[in-house]
Amino acid sequence: MSEAPKPHRPTTEARWVRVTTTLVSLVFLGLFLVLPLIAVFVEAFRSGVGAYFASFQDPDALAAIRLTLMVAAIAVPLNLVFGIAASWAIAKFHFKGKSLLITLIDLPFSVSPVVAGLVFILLFGAQGLLGPWLRAHDVEIIFALPGIVLATVFVTFPFVARELIPLMQDQGTADEEAALSLGASGFKAFWTVTLPNVRWALLYGVLLCNARAMGEFGAVAVVSGHIRGETNTMPLHVEILYNEYNFVAAFAVASLLALLALLTLAAKSFLEWRYGDAIAARAAH
Amino acid sequence: MSVRGKSQTRSRFRRPSAIPGFPLAFGYTLTYLGLIVLIPLGALVLRASSLGMMGLSGVISDERVLSALRISFGLSFAAALLNAIFGLVVAWVLVRYDFPGRKLVHAAVDLPFALPTAVAGIALAALYAPNGWIGQPLAAWGIKAAYTPLGIFIALVFVGLPFAVRTVEPLIVEIDREIEEVSATLGATRAQTLWRVVLPPLTPAILTGFALAFARAVGEYGSVIFIAGNIPYVSEIAPILIVIRLEEFNYAGATGIAVVMLAISFATLLVINLIQSWSRRRFGYV
Amino acid sequence: MPAAIKAIGLGVASLAFMIAGTMLGPRPAVAQTSFLNVSYDPTRELYRAINQKFEEETRPQGKKINIRMSHGGSGSQARAVIDGLDADVVTLALAADIDEIARRTNRIPSDWQKRLPNNSAPYTSTIVFLVRKGNPKGIRDWDDLIKPGIQVITPNPKTSGGARWNYLAAYAYGVERRGGDQQAQAFVAQIFKNAPVLDTGARGSTNTFARRGIGDVLLAWENEAFLALDELGADKFEIVVPSISILAEPPVTLVDGNVDRKGTRAIAQAYLEFLYSPTAQAVIAKHYYRPMKPDAAAPQDVARFPDIKLVTIDQFFGGWDEAQRKHFADGGIFDAILKSNR
Repeated sequence: MSEAPKPHRPTTEARWVRVTTTLVSLVFLGLFLVLPLIAVFVEAFRSGVGAYFASFQDPDALAAIRLTLMVAAIAVPLNLVFGIAASWAIAKFHFKGKSLLITLIDLPFSVSPVVAGLVFILLFGAQGLLGPWLRAHDVEIIFALPGIVLATVFVTFPFVARELIPLMQDQGTADEEAALSLGASGFKAFWTVTLPNVRWALLYGVLLCNARAMGEFGAVAVVSGHIRGETNTMPLHVEILYNEYNFVAAFAVASLLALLALLTLAAKSFLEWRYGDAIAARAAH
Repeated sequence: MSVRGKSQTRSRFRRPSAIPGFPLAFGYTLTYLGLIVLIPLGALVLRASSLGMMGLSGVISDERVLSALRISFGLSFAAALLNAIFGLVVAWVLVRYDFPGRKLVHAAVDLPFALPTAVAGIALAALYAPNGWIGQPLAAWGIKAAYTPLGIFIALVFVGLPFAVRTVEPLIVEIDREIEEVSATLGATRAQTLWRVVLPPLTPAILTGFALAFARAVGEYGSVIFIAGNIPYVSEIAPILIVIRLEEFNYAGATGIAVVMLAISFATLLVINLIQSWSRRRFGYV
Repeated sequence: MPAAIKAIGLGVASLAFMIAGTMLGPRPAVAQTSFLNVSYDPTRELYRAINQKFEEETRPQGKKINIRMSHGGSGSQARAVIDGLDADVVTLALAADIDEIARRTNRIPSDWQKRLPNNSAPYTSTIVFLVRKGNPKGIRDWDDLIKPGIQVITPNPKTSGGARWNYLAAYAYGVERRGGDQQAQAFVAQIFKNAPVLDTGARGSTNTFARRGIGDVLLAWENEAFLALDELGADKFEIVVPSISILAEPPVTLVDGNVDRKGTRAIAQAYLEFLYSPTAQAVIAKHYYRPMKPDAAAPQDVARFPDIKLVTIDQFFGGWDEAQRKHFADGGIFDAILKSNR
């Protein structure tokens, strides 16, 4: 990145401009980003450390943590495999309608989470298209784990693909062609050439995908059914505790999610610092 | 001429390549995309189309729906605008200036990507309520933040911020310093250099960041519900109105609003693509 | 194209993976009887206590019972049941929401309300005011709510059952004391003009008022107001009893279509009947709900309930069907009020 700028160079701003803009940036970020984060932890520890840890003894909180981990453990690998397949097809080949395909892959990212939940209600709900058939065959999707997983997969759909596509496009196909001409099978070329080239970007995408999968609220709220200890994920459990006047516990569970966010950021910064060139993700989302 | 046939017809769709695995990867992509995204969204469109054009326009022209859409778009636009401006400043500061803790600040920018929206929501509500850390001084000035459009605006700024910073930042890194030096040597003031030389190539990225922040803000739900007042015609946003319509058992109403929002998401993405292809032609990069 | 078939195979395989994954999910163990009670927002504490008693009562019979609970706004819970949430019993804030389930799913017979005593309501409640300690704004009755500068906190009647009772109580006062429907509508409109926030559920409103410090008066369930004193500090709030309020009857019923499919009718029926038992009635009174049989409750619990002139939905509004249609349906009086207030 940049070296320390020296004063009075024609390519930098006057000192007062630099100081002011830096301060403005810091105040802006502090107000909007850091303060909410601090507020979560302050509220969580309001009644002391004992009350904080007692919040995690509650079986419903544990069930919520378990469910959240399970949902992420199913949704993230699915989107990982998809991300690899999609980026392989899009980055290594030229075909018609590619930009439409990319737009469609991006679509879940800009669809409101509420709409994401609603579409699964319209599809699988008892009043929905497939609802009566599912009910007749005793298959539970909405208000059970499959519905929560589907909604989560939907909202985290583009995360891995979006990290891989620009990078693999930049890298072109020369390496793979060389490997193939040396007699490697297609799969081997992918495994030994492509994958190592993109592994850090892949990890980066998985991190973001995981953070969103564990934290999704709107879409999951619509399809969850709010059954205690069963279909409440951690973000939903935060809301429930909040509504039970149990603020310390609400913020305690929230602080766990905030910790997860901090870990994600730390891992992400580490990747950027260590493998910055290998990620080169321009439009980060 | 005799070798026409299969390879020729296929090449109309796809340019030939030595790399294998296209049918598998492409087929899988389409299948999965279809199952997870297209079929569910198709169900939404199908349901909406059963309302008919009249029914749909009836749902949308409802005054309360119109005002919710107006509030959603207005506030998202304002939040994205603020993010675009501050995002540019923050990105510039992070790339060009050195100060203690710069790396930490750099990492913190991505917080809204990683922090669950519900957590952000209760934290913002706690901060901006009249008895909160920021709400209290604001209340002394007679400004109400939580449960007003201002509160929604704050939440939308929060969720959109990283998009604005992260799209501009890599381009600032890549700016060729020599051009700035040439501009200075030719007698331009620093302000002129920034305005006429540095800013134009950044415009597409700023626009893209703006559009991404806007797209995210329009659909935002989790962080907003804790801080929005939900007063119809004042602080009721479209995603909340969808939920309210659902809870009134008004499926047609919910579907109608959802389809409008879906169309707008799609349009926003198309605009982003247009900006990028325009930028590719104009500046040679995205 | 074999590759395309392979690809579709892979797509299906990943779906299978998803389904297999969900099979590992937390499912109720088969060995124990379990059933799902879908209830409204403020009853969390009540049903936690009742369920414990019910489990104690049935344990000697050798049954291990797992009662699953789901709470949320009454309308949103009814919506979930309509969309397929597998409720065995519903215990909601008002009859209209259960009527809606009956009408849209045919899983509840239309005469459900006659199946249990007291219109299927094992307890009643009413609407009172919660104000800040010392009543700084001097709020005594409904008239004080329309004074300029008073902020009234209530949830949205479209989504919250409690808020519909709030609305109807205010409307009843308007009709009784201001002379008629027209005046009542104007009166309620003025109250909503003073509402700075409309949360979607009763709990959201209590949090807004008590925790976030917004507003001068909260229109709340009587049980919710008492609970707020307990949980959030009797030194911070006090209850004001208006001159007129409404008799709120939160009803309960079996979801026949679901219990018959799952074979849980007997236990679910026993659970609902248990709500009328002396044990449950005592718990109900302890949690500040007005028991149907006050004799079964502790006298000091019953003594806490103030004497209020209560109008009933049947006598005053012609039943829920009529009230729902006239006031809360699309284009009803409440919509007109919102529109006129903008």
